[in-house]
Amino acid sequence: MSGEAKTAISKEVLWGGGRSPFSVSYGKMMMWYFLVSDALTFGGLLIAYAFWRASSVDPWPIGEQAFRALPGLEGEYPLAYVALMTFILIVSSVTMVLAVEAGHRNDRSSVLKWMGLTVIGGIFFLSSQAWEWSHFIHGGGGCFNLAKEVTITTPDGDAMTLAAGERVYMDHHFGHLMEMHLLDPITVPLSEEGGHVVLTELGDHPHEAHLHSLRVNKYIENETEVEGDAMMALWNARSENFAFGAPIPGLGADWGGINHSEYATQQGYSNFFFFITGFHGFHVFSGVVINLVVFLMVLNRVMERRKHYEMVEKVGLYWHFVDLVWVFVFTFFYLI
Amino acid sequence: MERDDLIVNDSYALNAHHSEEEGVAIRKKIYLVTVILSVITAIEVGMGVMFKRSETFTWTAIKWTFIVLTLFKAGYIVMSFMHLGDERKNLRNAVIIPYFVFILYLIFIAITEGLAHYGMDLMFH
Repeated sequence: MSGEAKTAISKEVLWGGGRSPFSVSYGKMMMWYFLVSDALTFGGLLIAYAFWRASSVDPWPIGEQAFRALPGLEGEYPLAYVALMTFILIVSSVTMVLAVEAGHRNDRSSVLKWMGLTVIGGIFFLSSQAWEWSHFIHGGGGCFNLAKEVTITTPDGDAMTLAAGERVYMDHHFGHLMEMHLLDPITVPLSEEGGHVVLTELGDHPHEAHLHSLRVNKYIENETEVEGDAMMALWNARSENFAFGAPIPGLGADWGGINHSEYATQQGYSNFFFFITGFHGFHVFSGVVINLVVFLMVLNRVMERRKHYEMVEKVGLYWHFVDLVWVFVFTFFYLI
Repeated sequence: MERDDLIVNDSYALNAHHSEEEGVAIRKKIYLVTVILSVITAIEVGMGVMFKRSETFTWTAIKWTFIVLTLFKAGYIVMSFMHLGDERKNLRNAVIIPYFVFILYLIFIAITEGLAHYGMDLMFH
């Protein structure tokens, strides 16, 4: 069994005379190789998304229409929240590179300051993503499919014919009570008063939702909001088939027609959203943990004993990689 | 043979030290790259809000603009923030060339096969 490995090799024939051909330490080189393999994983995932999207014949959701909510605010702010998330990650990348620079000057207090800020930035990003996931899972109010063909007049005065099976979207408050009505029609009854649809949530704090408007083509091209007679025509043509939010595959309940995503006619869109942003978010999480470990090492003066801060540089490489992946996720998921 | 991963006072890491004066110049470069990345992101978001997806040539041009801007951002992050631009040329090539060979092939095959159903439609209708 003992072959070449046990044979003494003359030092003269070693590659580069004992020096690494890349003039970097073993650890840093291996971090680069790990990042290349991880980048191939993310590249593979984004290309799988591209494949799915290219092979889909249904309309694909438009990023700025699917992601236009801000926490605690009504109204539409296309891409504002994801722009904020992107900015947080870029800033945390900058604090990281400043920590690496301070490490090269053996400036321990600056390393601690910048690494601490990087960890805080990472936590901010993860919290933002938690809100975005929660918002995406709950959806923007849900939709129902039309049972029959309907022709309505749009606010522009044009006639619009919607085929059976087309999706009609409710607003946030009405959709929320509609979902509860489908689960339990007794505690959340549906009534019509003078041609107006009302949902009432009974109980200790009764509250109502009125049907004010409906939207067609919500997440795709030609989004239109309709009111009045056109709205009632759509409402009266509704089928039993409702969809709310974007259930996580395997966790989404399969009741009352609530079994698929309101964002796209196929679940593929939200599957890829959860998988890619989730896998990226897990990288951010592990980056925060590794940053925290190195932060504690710096705090315990480990790097001073080693006389260099290369560990900060290595965790920095990983952290910048996380930012790098987000740059691509941002473009291919939200912009294009 | 000396294993360089076991050297505590790693000579390569010690070589990476720089003085306070050099630090000022490096930080200036970092802030410059920060501004570039922020401006590119702002342009991308602005374009994303302004232009809706459509079946037009304008949209195709915008889509490619997004991709080019993204590659610019990626280049700045990798070359400047990750210091790959400061590493030896052979390390740079060992990282970048295999990656692009695999990814470009994968993009080509996935998009070609993904769009194959359009060809099938034409064949059977």
